[in-house]
Amino acid sequence: MPEHPTNPDPPQRSDPDPALAPGPVAPPDRRSPTRSPDRSGSEILLSAMRRRPGRGQVVAGILLALLGFAAAVQVSVVNSDTPYAGTRRDDLVQLLQSLAAAQDRSSRQLDELRDTQESLVDSTDQRTVAMEEARRQLEALQVLAGTVGAAGPGVVITIDDPTGAVSAQELLNAIQELRDAGAEAIEINDAVRVVAQTAVGDGSELNDGRLVVGTETVAAPYVIDAIGAPETLSEAVVFRGGLTDDVEVVGGTVTVDTPGEVRITTLAPEAETDFIQPST
Amino acid sequence: MIALLGLVVGVAAGLFLEPSVPVALQPYLPIAVVAALDATFGALRALLDDIFDDKVFVVSFVSNVLVAALIVYLGDQLGVGSQLSTGVVVVLGIRIFSNAAAIRRHLLHA
Repeated sequence: MPEHPTNPDPPQRSDPDPALAPGPVAPPDRRSPTRSPDRSGSEILLSAMRRRPGRGQVVAGILLALLGFAAAVQVSVVNSDTPYAGTRRDDLVQLLQSLAAAQDRSSRQLDELRDTQESLVDSTDQRTVAMEEARRQLEALQVLAGTVGAAGPGVVITIDDPTGAVSAQELLNAIQELRDAGAEAIEINDAVRVVAQTAVGDGSELNDGRLVVGTETVAAPYVIDAIGAPETLSEAVVFRGGLTDDVEVVGGTVTVDTPGEVRITTLAPEAETDFIQPST
Repeated sequence: MIALLGLVVGVAAGLFLEPSVPVALQPYLPIAVVAALDATFGALRALLDDIFDDKVFVVSFVSNVLVAALIVYLGDQLGVGSQLSTGVVVVLGIRIFSNAAAIRRHLLHA
């Protein structure tokens, strides 16, 4: 701090030394010896205000104008729409790096989430396919077990038995031949559904000698509805030495009809299992 | 009086002209403003102590600003720019506070 050589006063204390700094430890500074004791601070200020404009006043005014200008500019920069305008380069670089790292992290997360989504969609598709397959199997098994009605192409076989000579053997033979030919659902006389558990028995005195199929007694003429490939089913009945010949030997007649659609509405009794358990 | 007028004119010019700060000056402007504030408070205190000298004020104002800018520039070159400017702001803030305390004692006698 250069000192004015002609200035009799001590140097201006804009840069106070620790020794000169007035603090709580130096209250006597308040009444400085260089200061006339009769002038208070406000009087000094007022006299400074009223002082005749000189070269020093103008210079100080210019400097203060510079200070105000710079401060106002800085304030407007800080408050401007571009918040990073006044930021230091190091800080900007750091900011950029942290942003890049955050972006990396985010894109990694995005990839992981995409993978998860794909696998979820895959598993959903698989589940849908499996469910569709299971539903088809369920329907097929329901038809085979006779718990639902069925309709489709097939044959209607009528066994006429005027003499009552057709026995359980012929009827069973007919059922076996139809099954052999791939019949999927069989019904006799619109009264009984033939499934895996259905037994065929000869008549006795209890039911006037009529045949027993499952829980039902059936009487001639026996009408067998069977769903399957119509040609194969007819062939299975009429081939030489087959059902037709057997029945005609005992005096009956067999007619095979192939309507467009055979409807089977009878249901088998619900199967009850007391002993069976699934085993792997 | 003229000094006060200059301050008002400067603030008004800065607010109404809204000049853009050159990129090279951007890191130094806030520090320079704080340094100039320190010099101004020192001058006000010297005025109240009846030891004000305009020449000393000019020199201390300019040298304060230049030294502050130099320190920040050096810090930038050394890679500790932000820390060093924080330090400069702290030191200048302490000085402003002690000068303000002296001014307060003069004006309010408390």
